[in-house]
Amino acid sequence: MAAPLLAALFSLFLGAYGISPPQVLSALRDGLAGIDSPEASIILDIRLPRIALAGLAGMALATSGATLQAVLRNPLVDPFILGISSGAAFGCALTIGFAPFIPLQAAAFLGGGLAVLTACLIASTGDGGMSRLSLVLSGVIVSAFFSAMVSLIKFFVEPMKLQSIVFWLMGSFSLAEWSQARSAGVGILLGCLPVLLLRWRLNVISMGDEEAQTMGVNVSRKRLIFITAATLAATSAVAVSGIIGWAGLMVPHLVRMLAGPDHRRLIPLTMAGGATFMILADTAARNLTDFDIPVGIITAVAGAPFFVYLMKRNGKERWGR
Amino acid sequence: MIRVDDVSFRHRHTTDDVVKNASFSVANGRIAVLLGPNGSGKTTLFKCIAGLWKPCGGAILLDGTDTARLPFRERALLLAMVPQDHTPPFPYTALEAVLMGRAPHVGMYATPTSGDMEKASAAMETIGVGHLADRPYTRVSGGERQLILIARALAQESPILLLDEPTSHLDFRNQHKVLSMVRRVAEEKGLTVLMTLHDPNLAAHFAHQVVLLKEGRVIGEGPPEQVLTTENLERLYGIGIGVMSGAKRRLFYPTPS
Repeated sequence: MAAPLLAALFSLFLGAYGISPPQVLSALRDGLAGIDSPEASIILDIRLPRIALAGLAGMALATSGATLQAVLRNPLVDPFILGISSGAAFGCALTIGFAPFIPLQAAAFLGGGLAVLTACLIASTGDGGMSRLSLVLSGVIVSAFFSAMVSLIKFFVEPMKLQSIVFWLMGSFSLAEWSQARSAGVGILLGCLPVLLLRWRLNVISMGDEEAQTMGVNVSRKRLIFITAATLAATSAVAVSGIIGWAGLMVPHLVRMLAGPDHRRLIPLTMAGGATFMILADTAARNLTDFDIPVGIITAVAGAPFFVYLMKRNGKERWGR
Repeated sequence: MIRVDDVSFRHRHTTDDVVKNASFSVANGRIAVLLGPNGSGKTTLFKCIAGLWKPCGGAILLDGTDTARLPFRERALLLAMVPQDHTPPFPYTALEAVLMGRAPHVGMYATPTSGDMEKASAAMETIGVGHLADRPYTRVSGGERQLILIARALAQESPILLLDEPTSHLDFRNQHKVLSMVRRVAEEKGLTVLMTLHDPNLAAHFAHQVVLLKEGRVIGEGPPEQVLTTENLERLYGIGIGVMSGAKRRLFYPTPS
């Protein structure tokens, strides 16, 4: 559970502007004492907010993925599959392009919420039921639709705005500021908290709707709570960092392989693991080359082979049928 | 006590009732078996009693409480169900699976306490699957899984136990093992049991009471020695049926028609 702090500390010492470890520590001390120095402002106003934001976003995406996997009883879903990320991206692109007065956070949540609601409506069978498979398929449809809408927006906006949309969509923490960490943090914590509190119910719900009902769980209400919370967390992250794939899918699986599927352990460990993963990925993004590579590229490059490995290793049984 | 009072059920957008005015009751501490061919409405009636589907007419009373408007949690305190086919997506350990039965006793924002853990372990010991506690629940045999699910229902501490075709995926030995366990536990804990079965011979041996369901109607109900006759079974399944009688048991078998 201390892994995110260790990763943050590690990340603090690395950066484009070479500062030796003793200097980092003295800069931290200076900054906390209110003394201004270039090192202190790099550490406190550039590196630290970026680390905080990466940690928060990683936690949000991973928690959201773990929650959706349990609620939908499908180890292959995450905020991206359900169309939440694309919906949020659509909301944000619309805002950046045409309505800059709407806060990005709100636009992302509305877009993501609209996407997941649409997916559920398409999948609904009419008698209040919803099949797992059709929900996933609807998510894919909705995701494709909103991606197309984002492309449409990109086609119509002015070149300057196009640039900022494209850059933001690539998924990056390079423009992180404390104000972003604060605004995203509220939504992310509000989304993660109910999941953390209700985490044991995820075990029961993952056994299937009818079984969970006979064990006294109001499945449709709980599912609404979980999906709303997962949406809020994921869209809050998307609003500040763009679309960063794989973390929501990969981290819960890694944790499950190490600590088992019980959500009492899985959810807290996924939160810590998601934060750690994203901080390290972002550290790599800004230190591997002279350029600040979008972290979404790093996670995808690491995530895709990992996922193939996971699929081959576990075979059919672990995935459930 | 389970009381099924004039229950009818029809699927949405259809005109035919799948269950037609079914009525019967199961007294406290008794084991009742619902027998009927495929498509007789057995599963439908079972789901209505479990509270998963809402009957279109009539009422289902559990220990005198009409279940029509009962919240899920309160229903779960009255009735536990052992499901039939079962493919969990994640490899929980057997103990984690049994612990889920404590759900109606665990507060909304809480996780199970050590008391809940003890009750789950005790339920596993009672059923004789304590040694499987740490095994991944997806990697035990079908018979063991059925016993683990019975332990889960036991951990729920509800007075009524529903089992949906508990023997359908089991071999000859495990069928008897599981049903013997159900009978033993029901006697020990004073549970009221209702289960669906496909084999009239198992029903004759393990049930106190048999309910025959054909085309959505109850066509016979009572103690197995009275209800399980060749005439009734021929009517129920629509094939010729013969019977062999030994000193203690009767054995039904299909005859060439």
